[in-house]
Amino acid sequence: MEYLINISYIVASVLFIFGIKMLGSADTARKGNSISALGMLLAVVVTLLESGLSYTWIIAGLIIGSAIGVVAAKRVQMTGMPELVALFNGFGGLASLLVGWAEFAKAGNFDDSEYPVFTGCAVVFAILVGGITFTGSLIAYLKLSGKMGGSATNFPGQKIINLLLFIALLVVGGVFVATNAAWALYLVIALSLALGVLGVIPIGGGDMPVVISFLNSFSGIAASAAGFVILNNVLIVAGCLVGASGIILTVIMCKAMNRTLGNVLFGSFGATGGKAQEVEGEMKALSTEDAYYILESAESVIFVPGYGMAVAQAQHAVKELGQILENNGAEVRYAIHPVAGRMPGHMNVLLAEADVPYEQLCEMDDVNAIMESVDVAIVIGANDVVNPAAGEDESSPIYGMPIINVHQAKTVFALKRGQGAGFSGLVNTLFFRENTRMIYGDAKATMNDLVGQFKD
Amino acid sequence: MELILLIFVFVMAAFLGFELIQRVPSQLHTPLMSGSNAISGITMVGAILAAGAIESELGKWLGLAALILATINVVGGYLVTDRMLGMFKKKGK
Repeated sequence: MEYLINISYIVASVLFIFGIKMLGSADTARKGNSISALGMLLAVVVTLLESGLSYTWIIAGLIIGSAIGVVAAKRVQMTGMPELVALFNGFGGLASLLVGWAEFAKAGNFDDSEYPVFTGCAVVFAILVGGITFTGSLIAYLKLSGKMGGSATNFPGQKIINLLLFIALLVVGGVFVATNAAWALYLVIALSLALGVLGVIPIGGGDMPVVISFLNSFSGIAASAAGFVILNNVLIVAGCLVGASGIILTVIMCKAMNRTLGNVLFGSFGATGGKAQEVEGEMKALSTEDAYYILESAESVIFVPGYGMAVAQAQHAVKELGQILENNGAEVRYAIHPVAGRMPGHMNVLLAEADVPYEQLCEMDDVNAIMESVDVAIVIGANDVVNPAAGEDESSPIYGMPIINVHQAKTVFALKRGQGAGFSGLVNTLFFRENTRMIYGDAKATMNDLVGQFKD
Repeated sequence: MELILLIFVFVMAAFLGFELIQRVPSQLHTPLMSGSNAISGITMVGAILAAGAIESELGKWLGLAALILATINVVGGYLVTDRMLGMFKKKGK
């Protein structure tokens, strides 16, 4: 039986590897996800064959967890996806923490273990990484769902405090490994949870995608550490795969924003944006009626969606307008910035939900090349990803980030709820440009209004 | 000896993980993240072993909590990823 279990674990690991590989390519992604789910099912089923288990609690846990998971996954709006992934990720981290703790709780020491010191270290590590993942993801969830302000929270001596906390963690962890004292373990748990909170609050909401990806990698490492606690190879392999591939994905995302990971995590982005920037010119408002006349004669239109489209649930209305414009003879494209929205690919998911034709979705570079020939660029609740300051103002915190150069289009419509700054807290100079017209109001209402004008 | 073997496996898995992801189109970043997030719910296996153990009352409770959380992570993670990717599929025809 022991052999069967271990061989099945190897098969499961192979399925995970194929799954991750296939998730990286558009044609095979869905199949890849199913394959990795199959691997998980196999790993879980054979684990149940392990001898000496009492099933009451296992069955209860499986039923409760599955029910909650199914309901959450079915009910979530596509716009709320980033928060949900953050939340799931946090749960995974906490689970690894609890697995480490439970192993200690069995006997209250590791004297029976083959490698008492190593197991102690692994428990501390699983709790450390799992705890940071849990509270860090929770803060990311709160920031993304708007339950907590998106801007960076800073206070003096923050980095020093974090560093001291970390050192204290290592010391207390060392004490625990040496003495197996329960109080030391509880302190490690408390400090890890605190570190997760303090580590993520100074990071601005705009960087949350990177943070989630990074914490996703962390939850993999936590699972791997839990694997070392109970000496289980499938945990070690699968956790480590996620940990390593998650780091690579995080770096890819950072590159898309022209930043380094260190800069995202410790740069306190947005904290410097507090000082008022002086911008020449004024924001010029436009009514939807006037917008209609301009759009009616436009031959080439680009939509640039941002988080505002997600908030307003405007993707279907946007698609409808795009359809009408196309029937009207205009060439319609959708330009998607790699980090538009709260998660990379967020906008792709929403536009796909609204059935926007695949050919009309364009990557940033392709669109920028033809931007000067575009008659109207419609910015829907996007802000930082179209801020020309990224290319022009060296003092801007986002300087150097590649943007969609909508300011080069002949006319820019910026749909916006109010006059406030973006998620990062920066003033957007685009809105003050000569060729920019602001259309205030809810993006969905504005879109429906424009659609209505065309129909009349 | 078993420990060395496990560490060896860990290191190999790390290198494999680094190699697996290279050029991923940005539209797939979210599904990839949420899909690999579901895999990190593998800690569920550890949670099953903890919840089914009979050594201590506290350990069982902790195991149960871990199992519920990990199962949410796994089941929810896979379903949500599938839902997302299903939308891509539709438009690709």
